[in-house]
Amino acid sequence: MKFLCVDCDEQMVFEDRTVPGDGTFAASFECPQCHRRIAMLANPMESQLVNSLGVKIGGRTLGPEPFELTRESVAGREDAFEDEVGDVATRRVTWSSESHARLERVPKFVRGMVKKIYSDYATEKGISEITPAVMDTARSELGLEGM
Amino acid sequence: MSHRTYHELTGEDRSALASQVAEQRQKVVERLSSVKNTIAVMSGKGGVGKSYVTAGLSLELARKLSGSIGVLDADLNSPTAVGMLGASGRVRITEDGVEPVAGRDGVLVMSSGLLLDDGQPLRWRGPNSEQFVWRGTLETGTLREFLGDVKWGSLETLLIDLPPGSGSIADLANLVPDLTGALAVTIPSAESEHSVERTVRVAIEHGIRLLGIVENMSSYLCSSCGEMGPLFDGSAGRRLADKFGVPLLARLPFQTKQDGPEPTPEVAGLADAIVEMLQ
Repeated sequence: MKFLCVDCDEQMVFEDRTVPGDGTFAASFECPQCHRRIAMLANPMESQLVNSLGVKIGGRTLGPEPFELTRESVAGREDAFEDEVGDVATRRVTWSSESHARLERVPKFVRGMVKKIYSDYATEKGISEITPAVMDTARSELGLEGM
Repeated sequence: MSHRTYHELTGEDRSALASQVAEQRQKVVERLSSVKNTIAVMSGKGGVGKSYVTAGLSLELARKLSGSIGVLDADLNSPTAVGMLGASGRVRITEDGVEPVAGRDGVLVMSSGLLLDDGQPLRWRGPNSEQFVWRGTLETGTLREFLGDVKWGSLETLLIDLPPGSGSIADLANLVPDLTGALAVTIPSAESEHSVERTVRVAIEHGIRLLGIVENMSSYLCSSCGEMGPLFDGSAGRRLADKFGVPLLARLPFQTKQDGPEPTPEVAGLADAIVEMLQ
């Protein structure tokens, strides 16, 4: 998917992706010439159709986790999965109590995956403790709004 | 208004959705590269015993072959492989994939039945209205993850138990381009014959090799007189085999036992025929 600034005949540049948590998503683009910005707003049905493909608008920063789509989509048994991924991630960094509380608010079925994403980010950046500030920075840099 | 089109814009497509989908497909190819034979078990008609045939065949192959056997239950909405093969427990996620669950005789299983509470239907998270818009895409995506994310390892044979209808074999052909082949399961009736014929034609149109026909519920052992007799009118198995020039691999009697297939000479013969065909 590409966006064209018709007035400038320039391809617009992807700027940001937002997942407000109400089933919709937004992607914003900017014209490199006139700097006009636009936002593509997808309704829940359109958002779900894209999610169902297992792809990410704006591209992926990290590769998909095993069963990423299945775990996000199937409303099944609470204890269906035994998540070693989350356990491995936990060993790498520590979590402040505030960031841990924030993680607790993430739905259980994706919590392990979210935890690993933040842990990998911290490991890559040489950060030993994950704080809410680190989470905010990671969300912004990795395009993880809504997590 | 006139303006340039997608391909005329040479800048990067940051989302690269086509590339993301291609990577998903490549993952399936790589994961299945260690599987010697991948066989679909299909039928246009529901209730003909595909899952019974799949489970029975997997157990016989596990007994006959030294390599491992896997069963992928692609009937997401009506999973039965878990019960028939005695697979249970939590699904273990590791960094490099998902571990299949071992069932009877060590047959490795992945099924939506492992993810659901007993008796509960498969429910998807998403908007409640117009689910038909995205449900099919999500089902195919889940099947893709069952194929590409499960650590099947070095399997001798992976049997894929498809749901009824002709759409699922077309989806599978897209996901697994080098499928070894497909078995078509029918019951003897004319209605089943026509239904299965349609599905076989879809499979052939997608370049899938039809390995043969399995006629299930061909006969019934009367518990009163002890005589074996037909359960349905018709000879769909023979007619389909002749029509498509493939062997009628087995005619299986109706089984009253409900808690999973037991060894029978007919299923053992089916396994022998499959092994010989694939050698």
